[in-house]
Amino acid sequence: MRTTTWSRLTATVLGILLLLTGRLASAQMDLSGQWANRLHEDQPWRGPGQEIGEFQGLPINAEARMKAESWTASIYTIPERQCIPFAADMGYTIGNMRIWEEKDAASQEVIAWHQHNEWQAQERTIWMDGRPHPPEWAPHTWQGFSTGEWDGNTLIVTTTHLKMAYLERNGIPRSDQATLVERYMRHGTYLTIMQAVYDPVYTTEPFVRTRGFVWAPNQELNAYPCRPTVEIARPKHEVPHVLPGVNPHLDAAAVRFKVPTIALPGGAETMYPEFQLKLTKP
Amino acid sequence: MRPHHIAAYAVVALALPSSFVSTAAQIGVPQSPDIDITDVNVLPLQGKVTLLVGPGGLESTSANVIMQSSDDAVVLVDTGRGDKTDRYIAAIQRISRKPIRFIINTQAAVDHTGGNEALARSGRPFGGRAAGAGFLLPDQTSGATIIAHESVLKALSAPARQPPVAFAAWPSETYFTDDHELFNGEAIQIFHAAGITDGDSIVFFRRSDVISTGDIFSTLTYPRIDARAGGTIAGEIAALNQILDLAVPREKQEGGTYIVPGHGRVADEADVVEYRDMIVIIRDRVQDLIKNGRSLAQIKAAKVSFDYDRRYSASDWTGDQFVESVFATLTPSPQRAQSPATNGGQRGSPAR
Repeated sequence: MRTTTWSRLTATVLGILLLLTGRLASAQMDLSGQWANRLHEDQPWRGPGQEIGEFQGLPINAEARMKAESWTASIYTIPERQCIPFAADMGYTIGNMRIWEEKDAASQEVIAWHQHNEWQAQERTIWMDGRPHPPEWAPHTWQGFSTGEWDGNTLIVTTTHLKMAYLERNGIPRSDQATLVERYMRHGTYLTIMQAVYDPVYTTEPFVRTRGFVWAPNQELNAYPCRPTVEIARPKHEVPHVLPGVNPHLDAAAVRFKVPTIALPGGAETMYPEFQLKLTKP
Repeated sequence: MRPHHIAAYAVVALALPSSFVSTAAQIGVPQSPDIDITDVNVLPLQGKVTLLVGPGGLESTSANVIMQSSDDAVVLVDTGRGDKTDRYIAAIQRISRKPIRFIINTQAAVDHTGGNEALARSGRPFGGRAAGAGFLLPDQTSGATIIAHESVLKALSAPARQPPVAFAAWPSETYFTDDHELFNGEAIQIFHAAGITDGDSIVFFRRSDVISTGDIFSTLTYPRIDARAGGTIAGEIAALNQILDLAVPREKQEGGTYIVPGHGRVADEADVVEYRDMIVIIRDRVQDLIKNGRSLAQIKAAKVSFDYDRRYSASDWTGDQFVESVFATLTPSPQRAQSPATNGGQRGSPAR
């Protein structure tokens, strides 16, 4: 009968729509697989790295500046610091990674996304099951505690319980009070991760950066074992640092790369285009 | 200038609040509904060790209390300020029905020893009497044994101490050597350290791999060095290094040995390294200025702790007060006399 056929057709269309809707609501985007890091963005900062005292474009405060000006790379040579990996907010600086999902066997819902970064073997877990963050008295880790939720096809990840670490590799500090908010955006074979660091101790505005990856199904990740050892004969428990006012390297970027000295101290102002007007003033 | 950075900021501005929010709470990080911040909260650490966080969480005026349990007994490290001891006892009994037999005080300050009397009375000493036995040893009515360095006993029993501390709250077993030990299902080592006072103890639960530091280490404030109670900056740094020598992290230099500060969150070696480095750096800055003939006022004006103040300066123990305490123990007596007392002459953590 015509009526019956029409009803069946309507039911079928509705069924397909429901399936599609349900799929969109729950699946969002598959992030799993091997991802190869693309290093062209910020290459000078991610490769050779910034000079000491080169803080332009960073929303740091005076406290961060003072701490970074006391910093020396020799700090990495003490055994207690040799195997410290990049924290979550620095983790994508270099290194390829693998992402895989963990599903609940009964419901097939995603419980967590896991990541392994080849460089320094950083491992992250992003909990997707709605669990709360630990209490404030719980331990902090390099990768922190992360939870995620989908906003359309974008995975928004919030990370707390981070250890004290660096915003950049020339000693700019990021405190253990910081919160990291990330957006994972996949477009076909490209994955972009945008990170915003909110640090009430050392920044005056969110520090934002993006990192790009390309899907690489044939990729294999190497292990990254690390065991500390004494590298330099020095008194036990010595702490390398530079006293205020005597750091001879703070103008290195101005000398080597002609970075205007007015920009070197950084601060939120130096992030914005308007700052260029200052540079052109005599 | 980093063009990518500006572009990225423009993108995030569409997705995030326009004004700068900074803390996890402001950003809206989901918190556990099971946590009642007004009560004593329990955090199992590892092995046989559990952390009891006082009412108020990290804002608590009570020091952290460590509980270690075995088939024989419960051992506590510190007892809090002495309020809500019933809540501490209830929390302990939810984990173990064994009696509290030993309490270890890491120092004499009231936020570490205030609950001594009540918690000791709720327990009993090691030993007892079998049915029909003819003697009683030790006195089972005396409560748990309280262990501390002898300086803690001197401080708590000092006639001038105000308010006076009840006899039942005094340490009943003291040591005056470099270390002391105990066994409760695992070896428990107590190391003397002259850090913020001359009678600090570091407690190491060997199999559980947990260290309790007392106020030698804090994740909240600068160390409250009390020069009048024998604390020194040199001793404080030596004590932090002693903790680092005991701790062994897992791979990636995190976890492994857990380290519980007197106040603040659970930590590990990397956190203590960061704290030790800060203390050494500030000490070196003060020392350098002293060598150059600077006065305390000039050193304070130089803001030698500025880069750490936003993180560690507290309303009752500021960066300036910490610098004063460093100066006081780095300078000879005539100069030290210019430094104000940190604690009105009372031993232990000032202003707590």
